[in-house]
Amino acid sequence: MSNNTSSETHHMSYGTYIMVWLGLVALTAITVSVAGLNFGSITLTVALLIATAKTFLVMNYFMHVKFEHTVFKIFIAVCIITFIIMITLTFFDLSFR
Amino acid sequence: MANGTAAAHVNDVDFYHYEGKHKGIMSWLLTTDHKRIGIMYLAAIVVFFLAAMMLGVLMRIEALTPGQTIMKPQTYNSIFTFHGVIMIFLFIIPAVPAVFGNFFLPIQLGAKDVSFPRLNLFSWYLYMAGGLIALLSLFTGGGAADTGWTFYVPYSIRSSANVSLSVFGAFVLGFSSIVTGLNFITTIHRMRAPGMSWFRMPLFAWALYATSWIQVLATPVIGITLFLIVLERAFGIGVFDPALGGDPLLYQHMFWIYSHPAVYIMILPAMGVVSEIIPTFAKKDIFGYKQIALSSLAIALIGYLVWGHHMFTSGMSDTSRVVFSLLTFLVAIPTGVKVFNWVATLYKGSIEIKVPLLFVMAFIFIFSIGGLTGLVQGALATDIHLTDTYFIVGHFHYVMFGGMGTIFFAALHYWFPKMFGKTYNEKVAIISATLFVIGFNMFYFTMFILGYLGMPRRYYDYLPQYQGLHVFSSIGAFIMVTGIVLMFGNLLRGLIKGEKATANPWGGTTLEWRIASPPPLENFDEIPVVTGGPYVHDRETYIMNPIKVIHKEEEAVH
Amino acid sequence: MSDEVIESVALHPTSHATGHVHRDDEASKMGMWLFLFTELLLFGGMFLLYAGYRFLYPDGFKAAALEMNSFIGAVNTIILLTSSLSIALSIAALQKEQKKLSIALLVFTLFCGLAFLVNKYFEWSHEIHNGIYPKGPALENMSEGEILYFGLYYTMTGLHGLHVIVGMIFIGVVLAFVVKNKISSTNYTRLENAGLYWHLVDIIWIFLFPLFYLIH
Repeated sequence: MSNNTSSETHHMSYGTYIMVWLGLVALTAITVSVAGLNFGSITLTVALLIATAKTFLVMNYFMHVKFEHTVFKIFIAVCIITFIIMITLTFFDLSFR
Repeated sequence: MANGTAAAHVNDVDFYHYEGKHKGIMSWLLTTDHKRIGIMYLAAIVVFFLAAMMLGVLMRIEALTPGQTIMKPQTYNSIFTFHGVIMIFLFIIPAVPAVFGNFFLPIQLGAKDVSFPRLNLFSWYLYMAGGLIALLSLFTGGGAADTGWTFYVPYSIRSSANVSLSVFGAFVLGFSSIVTGLNFITTIHRMRAPGMSWFRMPLFAWALYATSWIQVLATPVIGITLFLIVLERAFGIGVFDPALGGDPLLYQHMFWIYSHPAVYIMILPAMGVVSEIIPTFAKKDIFGYKQIALSSLAIALIGYLVWGHHMFTSGMSDTSRVVFSLLTFLVAIPTGVKVFNWVATLYKGSIEIKVPLLFVMAFIFIFSIGGLTGLVQGALATDIHLTDTYFIVGHFHYVMFGGMGTIFFAALHYWFPKMFGKTYNEKVAIISATLFVIGFNMFYFTMFILGYLGMPRRYYDYLPQYQGLHVFSSIGAFIMVTGIVLMFGNLLRGLIKGEKATANPWGGTTLEWRIASPPPLENFDEIPVVTGGPYVHDRETYIMNPIKVIHKEEEAVH
Repeated sequence: MSDEVIESVALHPTSHATGHVHRDDEASKMGMWLFLFTELLLFGGMFLLYAGYRFLYPDGFKAAALEMNSFIGAVNTIILLTSSLSIALSIAALQKEQKKLSIALLVFTLFCGLAFLVNKYFEWSHEIHNGIYPKGPALENMSEGEILYFGLYYTMTGLHGLHVIVGMIFIGVVLAFVVKNKISSTNYTRLENAGLYWHLVDIIWIFLFPLFYLIH
C-alpha cells in the first residue's frame, strides 16, 4: 500500500530528455512533410499514429509513466479505454445512419 | 510518545465540541474535518431535497384536474425542469457519497481523514455555489429554464428562458462531484489501515470506489457539453445547432455518455449502504462478499456501454439501437448478483427488524420493480410504445427515488446515532416508513398504468379519461410526503431531545462502530490494525490500539 | 497474532507516529493524475464531436483547413514541445540541487507559453480580420461543414489556450515556491505536478495540430 520510495528515486539524465525532445521534433517534421503527400484515406490514420507515438514519448519519459507503479499504468489504460468506448459506440450510430 | 499524548488530548471530546483554531460558525465554514463537511452536506442536501419535493407536490396538485388547476403552462414547464435539476444534480448524485461517504469512508478505512481535506472543503463550496447559481437562474434573465433537466438542443439554444445560468450551475456542480471522486479514489488507495487489503474493505467503500471512478471519467463529458450550450447561446458558435449544420443527436449522445453512468453514481453508493445494513441486522457475515464487491466495478463498467437506450426513438441508426438494446440487458446481471446475495445473507440469519432494515427491505422490493420495468424499456419494441410516457416517469422514480432515496433514508436511520450521538423514536420512524412505502407505490405504480394507457410525460394538460388515475396517484403522493415530513420531524426531534446513543447500538462490525458516538476529532487514537473481513460477527477482526496492545504484551512477558 | 500487529505497525511508521498531518507524495501525484484524466476526457468530448462532424462533413473540413497556416501551427508545436522539455529538465535540475538552473528553465518554460499565446493571438486575429468568426460575414457564406469546423476550431483551441494560461499560472506559483525554497530537492511533488499539467497541455496540442492544420 504505502511504499513511498521507488518511483521518486528514479532520476533521468539531461541527455535522455534531450534525446526524447529530438525524437519529438523529428516526428513533428515527419507529420508535417507527410501531410503534403496524398495517401488518400489513410492520411488521417498516419497523422493519428504519429501523434500517438509522440504522446507515448511524452507520457513515458517527460511524465515518468515508465517508472511509475503499475497502478498508474492501469489508471491510464482505464482512461484511454473509456474514451475508445465513447468513440466506438457513438460511431455505431453515425456510420450506420 | 509525545504524539500519543497530543492525540489523546484531541480525542478527549467528540468532533462537535473540539475547540480548534476557529470558533462558532467559522469552525464549520473553515473546517477540513471530513465529518463536519459531511454534516454540512447533509444540511444543504436536506434543504434542497425538501424544496424539490414541494415542487413535486405542486405538480401533483396541478395534475388533479385536466387543464389549469393552480398554475400556468409555462410555470409548469419551469417547475418540472427545476424539480429534475435540483433532485438530480443537488440531491440524488451527491447525497450518499457526499454525506455518508465523507463521514464514514475514512472511518471505515481506519484513517483520520481523507487524502485531501482542503480539497474536500473546496468541493462543498463548489456544491453550494452550483446550487446558488441554479437558484439565481430562477429569478434573473428570461426566467427559470423550461427545457427539462436534459437541456436538449436545439430548444435549449433557442429558449428565451435563462438556460445559460442553470446550465452553468450544473457545470459547477459537476466539478464539485469530480473533486469528491478523485479525493475518494486517492483515499481508498492510500489511506487504508494496515492489514486492510482490498478484500477486507467494507462494501460501502467498494461501492464508493466504483462510483468515484464514474465521477472522474464521465462528469467531464457533461461539463464540456453544457459549456458548449453556453458558448452557443452566447456567441452563436456552430456546434449543435442544426441550422448551422450541427447534429442534435450528437448532443444527446454526449449528454447520455455522462448521464447514463450518472445513474450508477446515484445507485451504487446506495447499494453499498444496503450491503452494510443487511449483515448488521442479520447478525451474519455477508454472503458472496467478493461477488458483491466486483459487481460494483462491473456495474460501473457496463454503465458506460448502454447510454444509447435513452435515444431509441430519437432517430439513431438501427444498428446502434440493436447494439445498445443488447448491451442494456447486461446491466441486469451484476445487479441480480447483488440482489440475490443480499437475500441469501438474510437467509438463516438471526434477523432483527429495525427501521434501517425495514427501509432496506422496501428498497429491495421497490428497486426490483424499477429494475424489471427497466428491462421492458430496454427492449426496443416495447420502448417505442412506452417512451416519453408516464411509464418512464414511473420507472425512473422507482429506481432513482425508490432506490437511492429509500436508501438515503435507511442510511440516515442507520448512522443517525453515530453521526449525532442521539437516538430517535423507533415507533414514529416505523410509522413514517410505512406511510412512505404505501404512498410511494400508490403514487408511482399508477404512473406505469397511466403511461401504458398513453399519458405522455411533461404534459400540462390531459384527456379527461386519465383523471381517475391522476387523482389516485396524487393521493399516493400526499401520503408519501406526509411520511417523509413525519420522518424528518422525528429525526429532528431525536436530534434535539433524543437520548444519548451508545457506541454500537445495532451490533455493527465495521470500524465506525468501534469508536465513540459521535466520533472524536481524529476518529482513532492510534490507527487500528485489521486482521479479518468487515462483517465477521463471531470474532474480533480489528486491533484498536495496536501500540498499546504491544506494550501490554511486552509488560506481561517481563 | 501480536507478531502480525508488530509487523504492520513497523511497516507503517508514518501513519502511526506522526498523527494527523503527514505528507504522502504518492497520494498527491495520484490526485494529480486523476485530475489530468478529467481534463483528458473534457477534451475527449470535443474530440468526439470533431470525429463525428469530420465523418459527416469530410469535404467541408478539407475546404476549411485550407484557410489554416500550417507553418504557424508547426512552430507552435515545436514551442510547446520545447517547453515540455524545459520543465522536465527543470525538475531534473532541482533533483540534482542545481536550483539556479531549475529556476532559469522554469522561466524559459513560461516564456515559451507566452510565445505560444502570442502566436495564437496573431492567428485568431488574422482569421477574425478575414471575417471568419461566429456570425461573421465570411463564415455566414460558408458551407455547413466549414461552419462546424470553425466552431470546433475556436472552441478547442480557445479551451486549449485557456489551459495554457492556467498552466502558466500554476508554473508561476511553483516558481515562486522554488525561489523561496519551499520546493526543494527533497520536496518537489508540486513542481512535478505542475510539470504533469504542462505535459498534458502539450499532449492535447499534439493531437489538435494534425487534426486542424494538416487536412488535405
